[in-house]
Amino acid sequence: MTNNMTWERFTPRQRLARFAVYLGAVSLLVFSLSTVEIIPEFLYDAPYQLHDLFTRMWPIDFASYTQENIHQALIETLNIASLGTVLALFLAVPVALLSANNITRSPILNWFGKFILVSSRTVNSLVWAILFVAIFGPGALAGTFAIGFRSIGFCGKLLAEALEEVDHGPIEALRAAGAPTVSILLKGYWPQVAPAFWGLALFRWDINVRESSVIGLVGAGGIGVALDTALNLFRWQQVALILLCIFTIVIVAEVVVTKIRQSII
Amino acid sequence: MTTDAQRKSPFKASIIARLGWIILACYVFYALNALDFTWVRFIEGLGNGAKFLGEMIPPNFERWNLLVENLIETIEIAVIASAFGIGFSLPIGMCAARNLMPDWVTWPARTIIAVCRSFHPVIFAILFVKAVGFGPLAGILTLIFLSIGFIGKLFAEAIEEISLKPVEAMKAAGAPFMSVLVFAVLPQVFNRFIGFATYQFDANLRNSTMVGIVGAGGIGGTLFAAFQRFDYDFLAAILISIIALIMLSELLSVKIKAIFND
Repeated sequence: MTNNMTWERFTPRQRLARFAVYLGAVSLLVFSLSTVEIIPEFLYDAPYQLHDLFTRMWPIDFASYTQENIHQALIETLNIASLGTVLALFLAVPVALLSANNITRSPILNWFGKFILVSSRTVNSLVWAILFVAIFGPGALAGTFAIGFRSIGFCGKLLAEALEEVDHGPIEALRAAGAPTVSILLKGYWPQVAPAFWGLALFRWDINVRESSVIGLVGAGGIGVALDTALNLFRWQQVALILLCIFTIVIVAEVVVTKIRQSII
Repeated sequence: MTTDAQRKSPFKASIIARLGWIILACYVFYALNALDFTWVRFIEGLGNGAKFLGEMIPPNFERWNLLVENLIETIEIAVIASAFGIGFSLPIGMCAARNLMPDWVTWPARTIIAVCRSFHPVIFAILFVKAVGFGPLAGILTLIFLSIGFIGKLFAEAIEEISLKPVEAMKAAGAPFMSVLVFAVLPQVFNRFIGFATYQFDANLRNSTMVGIVGAGGIGGTLFAAFQRFDYDFLAAILISIIALIMLSELLSVKIKAIFND
């Protein structure tokens, strides 16, 4: 060949790195598949078991909606989700201010804020619920705190990003006019981040409705408690009703959030 | 000279906004009552919390054998579920993309994705535990469902955003359908796909630490057992190792994304 110019998309180093990732992923998968304790018979049996499960769930026991106070539990779930969101926003604002690097200038404080955000997101809401049940005892108080603490990471991260992206014009104008810090925050930053703030509040509320429907499984209040009781008593028709209720409020919450977002934006 | 009455405030208070804040305050008051929160309980809780933290410290790593075993199982659940979940969600996501497929293909695919997204993972985990028994298999199936719901949706959206020019050029040149997919569609979405995949692995790892609470394998079962036995120092050890594991995987996914993005 006379012309030995070759067209290469990646350098050998890049190619090696990619190959290493693929190899690592595949070997991890092979290792996992060969050591995980799965009983294959159970998998073959699954369709039959699922069919059995669904036949036991049918017909749905609508009578227990009023008899077993499932309505009450649903309202409690919604209250936990909403109050938890309020708590989360309340707690997320200072953390977001701390971790936004254009407001708090100290990198150590930024790092501390980010640390709070990351640890809040790392712990699952069920695990938060377990911790707060140990502190406050079973019930809605533990659930609300679990939902709140779980949401700090999400709300705080998005709020901090919104704060970092604000337009500096109004803020410099306020500072030049000699406004105190609180005024700068309220009149300079808040109007600019308010749409993002309400948007993420709505979004998180929607997620929290889902989350708060299951935290009752570890005793943190809401409809999860009813679900747990029904499961333990093998009242499958009641389980079906509770699942239907959870499904309904989740869908309703999603529709409500979509409608409100459309009217705001 | 202007009087105060004539001077307009530069920051006009919106009546609707004020009303909104008042409604919010009323709601919080109502909800606090409805959920039977009292200050006394809160203060009592703080006392309990201090005691609880006191019992958690120092964390007890004595049973590290069990801990490591469980962590490995957790990782295995996440790895297998991610592999199969991503594997299934690729064709489903592709079928759900409206610009590639006719309506009669997209509707079933979209229904599958919607069903997978409809419930919280814990509820899927409960159902699968009843169907396939306790153990990692139930957790794996749960997380596969979850991955299909999430990646399938994002992947379909990514494909809907691609430029159709290469696709049309290849079709005009008479390329078969598979070649169009491999050479015109996939290169455009590959980088985003790597992003989704690493994100989903992270999400699966987080959730695989939790599905054990309802008996679907992984470290969650041990965590819940430690909680029920008031073994709070072991609970602290488990929590610390979960947090360390997830931080590690986040670091790793940042590295992997960097490899594919340059």
